[in-house]
Amino acid sequence: MQQLWLIPCLPLVGFLLLVLGHGRCSRSVARLVGVGSVAMAGLVTLWVALDFYSAGAAQSYQVQLWPWFNAGTLEVSFGLYLDGLSLSMLFVITGVGSLIHWYASGYMWQDPDYQRFFAYMNLFVAAMLTLVLADNLVLLFLGWEGVGLCSFLLIGFWHQDPANGYAARKAFVVTRVGDTAFAIGLFLLFRELGTLDLPTIMALAPEQFVMGANRPTLIAALLLAGAVGKSAQLPLHTWLPDAMAGPTPVSALIHAATMVTAGVYLIARTHEVFLQAPDVLLVVALIGLFTLLISGFTALNQTDIKRVLAYSTMSQIGYMFFALGVGAWNESVFHLMTHALFKALLFMTAGSIILAMHHEQDIRSMGGLRRQLPVPFWCFVIGSACLVALPPTSGFFSKEAILIASWQLPGYGPWLWLGGVLGAFITAMYSFRLLFMVFFGPQKAHPHEPKGWQFHPPLMILGALSLVAGWFVLPTATVLPASPAGHPPTWTIVVAIAMPLLGIGIAYKVYVRHQWQGLRFVQWQKLRQFLFQGWGFDGMYKRLLLTPFTTLAQVNRNDMIDGLPKLLIQLSRFLHGLFSQLQNGQLRFYIATLASAAIIVLALALKVL
Amino acid sequence: MDSQYIDHAMVLAGILFCLGLVGVMVRRNLLFMMISIEVMLNAAGLAFIAAGSAWGQPEGQIMFLAVITLGAAEVAVGLGLTLLLFRHHNSVNVDQLNQLRG
Repeated sequence: MQQLWLIPCLPLVGFLLLVLGHGRCSRSVARLVGVGSVAMAGLVTLWVALDFYSAGAAQSYQVQLWPWFNAGTLEVSFGLYLDGLSLSMLFVITGVGSLIHWYASGYMWQDPDYQRFFAYMNLFVAAMLTLVLADNLVLLFLGWEGVGLCSFLLIGFWHQDPANGYAARKAFVVTRVGDTAFAIGLFLLFRELGTLDLPTIMALAPEQFVMGANRPTLIAALLLAGAVGKSAQLPLHTWLPDAMAGPTPVSALIHAATMVTAGVYLIARTHEVFLQAPDVLLVVALIGLFTLLISGFTALNQTDIKRVLAYSTMSQIGYMFFALGVGAWNESVFHLMTHALFKALLFMTAGSIILAMHHEQDIRSMGGLRRQLPVPFWCFVIGSACLVALPPTSGFFSKEAILIASWQLPGYGPWLWLGGVLGAFITAMYSFRLLFMVFFGPQKAHPHEPKGWQFHPPLMILGALSLVAGWFVLPTATVLPASPAGHPPTWTIVVAIAMPLLGIGIAYKVYVRHQWQGLRFVQWQKLRQFLFQGWGFDGMYKRLLLTPFTTLAQVNRNDMIDGLPKLLIQLSRFLHGLFSQLQNGQLRFYIATLASAAIIVLALALKVL
Repeated sequence: MDSQYIDHAMVLAGILFCLGLVGVMVRRNLLFMMISIEVMLNAAGLAFIAAGSAWGQPEGQIMFLAVITLGAAEVAVGLGLTLLLFRHHNSVNVDQLNQLRG
């Protein structure tokens, strides 16, 4: 376990090498450092995992590297913590991360800022690994902000276009709202428990908190707000579709596989706190449910291939939150893993399509790409099959487990299940709408597929992993509580399997056979516009927050507080003007003034005497 | 001199002083302004003499000697400046010498 520190350090070293050698190192060196550091971290992860399993899976390791700062009773150190949950995350980050880096080394080859790109990507991986390996919440927060920073830098990577810069700022500011709540939650947690050390918190929380009392509820709600911001859930989800302005490998790594699942990781990591706040857990489930439904409907109306995938990501993370809320902790992390695999696959395939189409992202100008792009086609089919949870792909295992667990929840269970199944139906609709519109139908363009060892092998490896990942067993069962026991009625499972098939069938009818055109787009123009723009959340925030703020700023343009000092300036200017009139250079006027002043002074003196 | 004449002497000194002051204020010619200043100085000197005589004290005459000395020095410096100004500006009109205005 002593080599654990190498895992976050290797990408950090890669970042430092690339930054210090910026402009001087060649592309091949940048590729070697950028991809190599993450791949090395992946190998070290394997090594650590072997140690972990050989020592018995029911363990956890805490490695103290060096103290960071002490303030009063707060002692924060750079310490790493490894258990089943963080090991699962390590696999996702380094495994999927290496494949995406590999792919990106080909995708970004033509870019003039190749070195800068890999520097940011390595910094991101280092920050993300710090986040999942941190043994205290302060270090976790450092990683949390680090990934936010890298997300900002990479969304605005092509900063020559102001729209990309705007998207980057939007992502930064919106997630900052959640991060502020998260930080306040940390302060409260420290006040209540006197520590921010994660294992200690997990041990203390069930003892110190009264279940359902105000304090754990408030703390859990604040942590949830942080998770919601980072994971693009309602109501802080508006930044994710715009984040697609970044390069496609960035979308695959940060905005699909790893960073956006940090919120899920945070809630799973602090599950003992959330277990003491059942109300907040219900809110988590409802947020997940609404996000998955709303973003599913939005995805059904998008025309940009990456935006469809972005809404689909929000929807799948909605499933993870949903699973956390209904108590299916292990299933949620399992879905996180499978989703990271197949969504990275989908994004990278979309990247290949975009390159082949000469940076065209509108699916209406694609079509019939099946024959020209066979490898992306089959990878996309696999990814979509996983996404809609067709048996026996990995998505089936994870989503099915979530739906079963939601049925088990006493009270609201069946209702939540119904929402989840409806979500699965919509998922099938929009995924296969995308697939059919891009790969079927009449051919509309002449793509030039990028070929080479950087394009096909990562896609194929990810495709194979997505297919078989359903049989993986994550070592999270020793960390997270088990989901509610019992078996739901058989018909619920049949319905859950049938719903995606029904969705695919309808999508086939509408988008391949061109029947039932009434379903093609929602007919009512305004409703379509409403769905296209993501249920008007952007407009609402603009009206509620942006417009009042800018109006206020406009009104207070000449800062009111500055008025008083400015008045003083005006007064002294006026007096200066007045008195400078006296200095007119006329000697006789001076004498007259002098004489009259002398007379006045004398008269006053005489009067006083 | 009898002390009863002091009032007349003082009135005469006041009139002379006012004449001098008005002369300084209204004349534009620097030479005439200096002459007016001389008149004012002598008015002050007259007042000193009258007061010293009225109280039988010698200080009045001492002060007058000081005033004469002061006047001589003032004329020496003033005339020198006037001469320089005339050479520079070809004029002794004080209204034209107004370049130091604020």
